[in-house]
Amino acid sequence: MGALLDKIAVPQDRFEIRLSGSGGQGMILGAVILSEAIGGDGTKNVSQTQSYGPEARGGASKSDVVVSPNQIFYPKAMKLDLLLAMTQESLDSYYKDLKDGGTLIIDNVLVTDIPTDNYYGLPFTRLAREEAGHVMVANVIALGAIAALTGVVDKETLINAVLARAPRGTEEKNRKAVEIGFREAEKLKK
Amino acid sequence: MAERERKLLQGNQACVVGAIYAGMRFYAGYPITPSTEVAEGCSRELPRIGGRFIQMEDEIGSIAAIIGASVSGKKAMTATSGPGYSLMVENIGYAYMTETPVVIVNVQRGGPSTGLPTKVSQSDTMQARWGTHGDYNAIAVAPSTVADTVVETIRAFNLAERFRTPVTILLDEVIAHSRSMVEIPQEGDFPIVDRIKPTKPAGRDFMPFEVTENFVSPMASYGDGYRFIVTGLTHDQHGFTTNRADETVVKLEKLRNKITRYEEEIYKQEARWTDDADIILVAYGSAARASLQAAQIAREAGVKVGVIQLYTIWPFPEKPLLDLCAKTKKVIVAELNMGQLVHEVRRVLPGDIDVHSVLRYDGEILTPLQVLEKVDEVM
Amino acid sequence: MATVVKQKSDVVLDYLRPGKKFPSVWCPGCGNGTVMSAIIRAVDKLGYSKDEVVMVSGIGCSSRMPIYLDFSALHTTHGRALAFATGVKFAQPHMKVIVVTGDGDALAIGGNHFIHACRRNIDITAVLINNNIYGMTGGQGSPTTPDAAFSTTTPYGNAEKHFDVCDLAKAAGATYVGRSTVYHAPQLEKQIATALEHRGFALVEAIANCHTYFGRLNRQGDAVAMLNMFKERSVTTAKAKEMTEEELKDKWVIGTLYESTEKSEFCEEYQKLVDRVAKGGR
Repeated sequence: MGALLDKIAVPQDRFEIRLSGSGGQGMILGAVILSEAIGGDGTKNVSQTQSYGPEARGGASKSDVVVSPNQIFYPKAMKLDLLLAMTQESLDSYYKDLKDGGTLIIDNVLVTDIPTDNYYGLPFTRLAREEAGHVMVANVIALGAIAALTGVVDKETLINAVLARAPRGTEEKNRKAVEIGFREAEKLKK
Repeated sequence: MAERERKLLQGNQACVVGAIYAGMRFYAGYPITPSTEVAEGCSRELPRIGGRFIQMEDEIGSIAAIIGASVSGKKAMTATSGPGYSLMVENIGYAYMTETPVVIVNVQRGGPSTGLPTKVSQSDTMQARWGTHGDYNAIAVAPSTVADTVVETIRAFNLAERFRTPVTILLDEVIAHSRSMVEIPQEGDFPIVDRIKPTKPAGRDFMPFEVTENFVSPMASYGDGYRFIVTGLTHDQHGFTTNRADETVVKLEKLRNKITRYEEEIYKQEARWTDDADIILVAYGSAARASLQAAQIAREAGVKVGVIQLYTIWPFPEKPLLDLCAKTKKVIVAELNMGQLVHEVRRVLPGDIDVHSVLRYDGEILTPLQVLEKVDEVM
Repeated sequence: MATVVKQKSDVVLDYLRPGKKFPSVWCPGCGNGTVMSAIIRAVDKLGYSKDEVVMVSGIGCSSRMPIYLDFSALHTTHGRALAFATGVKFAQPHMKVIVVTGDGDALAIGGNHFIHACRRNIDITAVLINNNIYGMTGGQGSPTTPDAAFSTTTPYGNAEKHFDVCDLAKAAGATYVGRSTVYHAPQLEKQIATALEHRGFALVEAIANCHTYFGRLNRQGDAVAMLNMFKERSVTTAKAKEMTEEELKDKWVIGTLYESTEKSEFCEEYQKLVDRVAKGGR
């Protein structure tokens, strides 16, 4: 007993992303857009899942995207390579799922109690309200930051994916949101 | 051939894509989590291609309406979850008895009763086989990925039409609600089977329930001029109701033989890493996803684990399972219930193979780690 | 030269299913036969082809009718005829779909389908043969068993209230509602013909005798006695207008009770939607 369990590891070909926040912050839509951006050209497989239920109307909400150049066996995340936490509650819930050396991105206005020094913080919600013109695009700003910090998708591909989902009349606001996120995250890069 | 369109789809949406590809032009349903996106997709897509969508007053009405549509010549489908399937089973039995091709999607959630509406389960595995009363042979297929769902939905329609029988698609909440990029199939990518139409002219020679060489009778549609009888009462080959012992036996054996004599056509499973496996995992649906992941991880750690993934659940693939497990001594059945499929595996495999179970029934999907813990325990 | 006069019954024979071994399951004198003849004559007079008629039924004595007739037949599960028929009609809107049902079938186990078929105003003609009792299973109380009436499950008299079938249909949205009795066979035939030609959901309630159970248990006599009772206790809509509520108690108001062409028919409405969507509209 235990002979096998000591030797196992999550396969290296998977890149696992979790977007988390509160219901209404657009975490599921964000994951859908990210999946379309990453999986669009057919070179990578994606598997996007979410927690359903009362979360959709407030409370903690999360959505995972697993990325791999190979067939994705397990559809959900096992050990996160990237965690986006838009609220304190979501960080508290999911920090334990982030692998050692994984990337943590937080909204540093709404999240203040952080159990590590190794993270990227940006005021997504404030940037959305003050710079992008609408609090609703905080998730899109976060996607821009993810693109800049991880390279999991390039900026132009992300913008195209965002625009494909943007309601008519909000295209400019959304494009700008990606740009803001990308720009601000570039500044954080070490 | 032109490059195929790729779309990010949920399993439920992929089911709609597959159904329409297979020729489904009639959908009747009643909203129920976690199947509702199937109905929503059909309500959007069917009018665009001249199809028909109707939201019925309940699941009993839904299955009734699609049977009515099928005898009228349409390929028809409904989608539901456990509580709705439970309401449907009487009329699913009617479809068995009247040999009416229909497809019923069961997006499984936790039960019994209302149970866990938003949580995954595979606890309707046995219901798909034994749900309605009486003797009959069921067909149930089960995808495990979003892309599979397109393929298995097409296959479900083909089997329904080929065998003139209801076919259940056993989906589950995880596959139904997860999203992946799916290639939208083009004409010619998959064969499409249509029911065989009668060639005999209307009249006494035409028997709507004729016992043919392969037991399947050609099927006319209402309006074709045959004016045939469809009844849930036991009937003779003309469709007339009967109480006669000899005619009853002919009918019931027809229902059985048309399936059991052709099971090889219905079986579908995929074996991975089974040739040299010391331990073989048997699973379907999202439990197969966890099993494949566990096997891959175990292989990387130097333990020879194989997987048999079932796409056909009913009829249970007895012979394929025997063949694929011939060289192994240990089998683990992984499923999201309190142990259903494992009884079939135990029934089929010889006594010198140890059959173990790894189960999860708390509303969550099995994790690869849970499967690996079981592998570790039995190796 | 002698002239051969075609008997009225010949028309009925023309529509019986070839190869069907009779007798039927119905008791001698059962009202179901009269309703079946009325349906046949209505279809014949309207000149429908047998191929364009689908007769759908559920479970019960009346529901055996499709098996006896030379139309496409869908004999389904208890209470579900209207839901099956909805599938047939919606799949092939050019077909004439007739549902034959009983009071138990349509109003107890099938009550939900009944009100929703009315609500949709789908072009189906439902002939509800109301004999106030479950005949097939041997005389149990139904949703139309009158107050205090006897049945094998109301041995001390019915403590429940009963439905008025026509009021229910009208309230639920049916656009043709008529009532007749098996005594008034010519009127019943005319009403069925009107219902068949009506575009929308049409209900004809045919008051019928189950002398075997209802008549016997409630001391109403044999088939003939019950037919006489239908004659005596029926009043026309015109006459009913001049009668008080007290006078109308225990009477059947017969005739066309409601008819409207204002509401659109479901299949036509859906076709409009399909045409609109095909043009890229919403």
